[in-house]
Amino acid sequence: MSPQSVALNRFGYGIRAGESASTDPKADLLRQLEQFDPRPGPLTARPDTSGEAGALLRIIREGRRERASDPSYSMEDGAAATSEARTGRSARAQQLAGLPPEYRAKLREAFGRYRKDAATRVRVTVASSTPFAERLVHFWSNHFSVSTGKPGTPFEVGNHEFNAIRPRLTGTFADMLKAAVLSPAMLLYLDQFQSIGPNSTFGQGQARRARGNGRRRGLNENLAREVLELHTLGVDGGYSQADVTGLARALTGWTIPNLARIARFAEDKPGGAAFVAVAHERGTRRVLGKSYPDTGADQAIAILDDLAAHPSTARFIATKLARHFTTDDPPQSLIARLERDFSRTGGDLGSLARTLVNAPETWEGEATKFRTPIEWFTSVLRFTGAERLDDNRITGALRQLGQAPWSAPSPAGFDDVADAWAGPDALLRRVELAERIARNVPSDAVLARADAAFPGSLSNATRTWLSRAESGSQALGLLLVAPEMMRR
Amino acid sequence: MTLTTFNRRSLLAGSLALGASSLAAPRMAFARAAGERNLLFVLLRGAMDGMAMLAPLGDPDYAALRSAALPDYEGATRIDPIFALHPAFTEVGSAYAAGEALFVHATATSYRERSHFDGQDLLESGAATPNSLREGWLNRLVALMSEGETPRALAIAPTMPLALRGNAPASNYAPSALPEASADFMDRVAKLYAEDDQLAGLYAKALETRAMATDDGLRNLRDAAKAGELAASLMREADGARIAMIELGGWDTHANQRGAFARPARQLDTLLGAYAKAMGPAWGDTLVLVATEFGRTARYNGTGGTDHGTASATLVMGGAVRGKRVIADWPGLAQSALYEGRDLKPTTALESVLAGAAAEHFGIDPARAMASLFPGRADTALSGLIRT
Repeated sequence: MSPQSVALNRFGYGIRAGESASTDPKADLLRQLEQFDPRPGPLTARPDTSGEAGALLRIIREGRRERASDPSYSMEDGAAATSEARTGRSARAQQLAGLPPEYRAKLREAFGRYRKDAATRVRVTVASSTPFAERLVHFWSNHFSVSTGKPGTPFEVGNHEFNAIRPRLTGTFADMLKAAVLSPAMLLYLDQFQSIGPNSTFGQGQARRARGNGRRRGLNENLAREVLELHTLGVDGGYSQADVTGLARALTGWTIPNLARIARFAEDKPGGAAFVAVAHERGTRRVLGKSYPDTGADQAIAILDDLAAHPSTARFIATKLARHFTTDDPPQSLIARLERDFSRTGGDLGSLARTLVNAPETWEGEATKFRTPIEWFTSVLRFTGAERLDDNRITGALRQLGQAPWSAPSPAGFDDVADAWAGPDALLRRVELAERIARNVPSDAVLARADAAFPGSLSNATRTWLSRAESGSQALGLLLVAPEMMRR
Repeated sequence: MTLTTFNRRSLLAGSLALGASSLAAPRMAFARAAGERNLLFVLLRGAMDGMAMLAPLGDPDYAALRSAALPDYEGATRIDPIFALHPAFTEVGSAYAAGEALFVHATATSYRERSHFDGQDLLESGAATPNSLREGWLNRLVALMSEGETPRALAIAPTMPLALRGNAPASNYAPSALPEASADFMDRVAKLYAEDDQLAGLYAKALETRAMATDDGLRNLRDAAKAGELAASLMREADGARIAMIELGGWDTHANQRGAFARPARQLDTLLGAYAKAMGPAWGDTLVLVATEFGRTARYNGTGGTDHGTASATLVMGGAVRGKRVIADWPGLAQSALYEGRDLKPTTALESVLAGAAAEHFGIDPARAMASLFPGRADTALSGLIRT
């Protein structure tokens, strides 16, 4: 690929309708980092949703109490319905139909918020003059992946990216880690909001009340494990089960606001989280051989700070970034370069981004990285200028393509290798959608626009088959699925 | 003219030209004699709790570990002196009673850490260490069966799972709500891809699989009964897929396990029941293997759920199975018997169940199957699972 095509397609999300490639691609990418707007217009208009997830959980709790005598009835069925991203309309409607009206209304509201946020995210990227920075937003958002599949999370997944990730894009990794891990979306998604210190005041009271019926509440180690495995050190990063438990105990008390029973003890924390001191496990914690004194909410923060500075974290992040910006098997030299930069700067994310731009490895080679559905769809919308799609069409198309935003099947986030996306069925769906989109947007001068989108990099085969198309619309459709659009 | 006007037979007969270049890549041979044997691999992602599926009520230490779960099994069928089947599994229970299902309990792969992603990687790739092999054991099984002709292999999923990735041809299919593209456009795309090995190969496979799936009105795979019927419709004919894979998530029951487990369990049961029924006479030649990456903690955690553990249970089902048995070298649930003091201890290698059942079912030498599908293990393939 030519440097211009690399800047447009590998670093960015492809050319935007009516624009031309920069004559100084490297300088333009550095400009994008400086001009990135963490809170563009559509995001400032988002309403405050901070009490909503708690409100939804209160309704679930009430329902469970009322219907405790009927074991066949499950309020969790509603929770399943919230995984809108993977659910077709009719299945969702069916699940919703059997639920109490108040709960149903709240779930609808949650779906609506998710749809609006997901579509807004796509629109912001499509309109962006800093697509490299937007790609970094999505990289970090996927690194700290949250998903709509748990009760209450549809209210918060958009918020997580907009308010925990975006403002820290060129800050430090430690700051982003703390904001992302201690955000309401993550606390909900990985069960942290209901984890209680077994020896905390609250845990002891629960134990007394629950004696005998097995309903005792206590520790849940899900978030702690994923922080170590997926957010910081990596699975081979050198931690043990004891470290997982130690971090899990330190995290107790971190929860979301407006929960039944504990809301009145909750202290508001930045980012929309809450801390309940009476649910926190008091005492000194040991994680990775270091002791952390009994400092309440700050104990987990101190551990997160140290995890961010750990050499395994530098290696893990460097590898993921290199893979995203080169190939599925990234060059060791680039990994080492990023790792050194991470360690030298104390995890300065702006510096890491500039290192990517200045590294020779990111500019080399042919386009082999298979675009994920979100990348492909976003590039298609930028290229065609199809901006009038309503929210439902945007989320519907992404769902059909297999990648609705914030709906990764696991806390590891969406895969970043071709094997996960380059499937026969997935390709056919792109072909189907491409023909449909091409019919509904301007389709003049497709060949000239193709040259502008892939400067110096359009293949002869693509050029030939575009020129033989029977109409502008057909040529456009073909370009949207051409090899140049599929890989970057 | 659109693809819906083709049906499977016309495509096979080659009487309708899709456009010569549409099938430019070598076509898979999928002519197989009727009565060939089928394998459906069901991967439960998220660590299914084997002690919830098949609860060891007869173990003296069970009640203390999971008193909150006891109401779920009141009136549940004891399928064995020790084990009761979770009441969500009505279809599986019937198959068990009919001698068409068996369980192997306390199974685990050789993986002993607790990461979903590494655990699934190992279970799918078949390698002895995570992230060391980029092809899957099901794909290697296709190759083992391919002396002569290559059986058709299919993932019923929107993307290709690792278990089926590899050198042997495999395709994937999932119901779609998108309108089909015009035949002319599809033909031109095939020409556009002619010089691009990756895209041409994917595209040819996609067209073949799409042509096999009749218009089922399905828009996604969430409806478990329809997903089961879809799988059967793609497999039951003589020229259908011999090996297929389907995935079910939702098993990561860290909290409020009673409801959280019953939901995916009902889905799995519905899927298997619908699949068995829709297979019709072909059910007699069918093997279904249901496995998960690892089990969960023996004890309930502080939020009424279970955390990542080690051993789970494996379901082997199908008309070809010598069923109505629970195979378990039961390790017990006393504190000292638990793996690392917290998990059900594995006593049977999951790999030996999968390789053993597949080998017997397809008439492959068990030692060869074990070495090829799950290299680097000391375990031998289990025998006696299949009616031969």
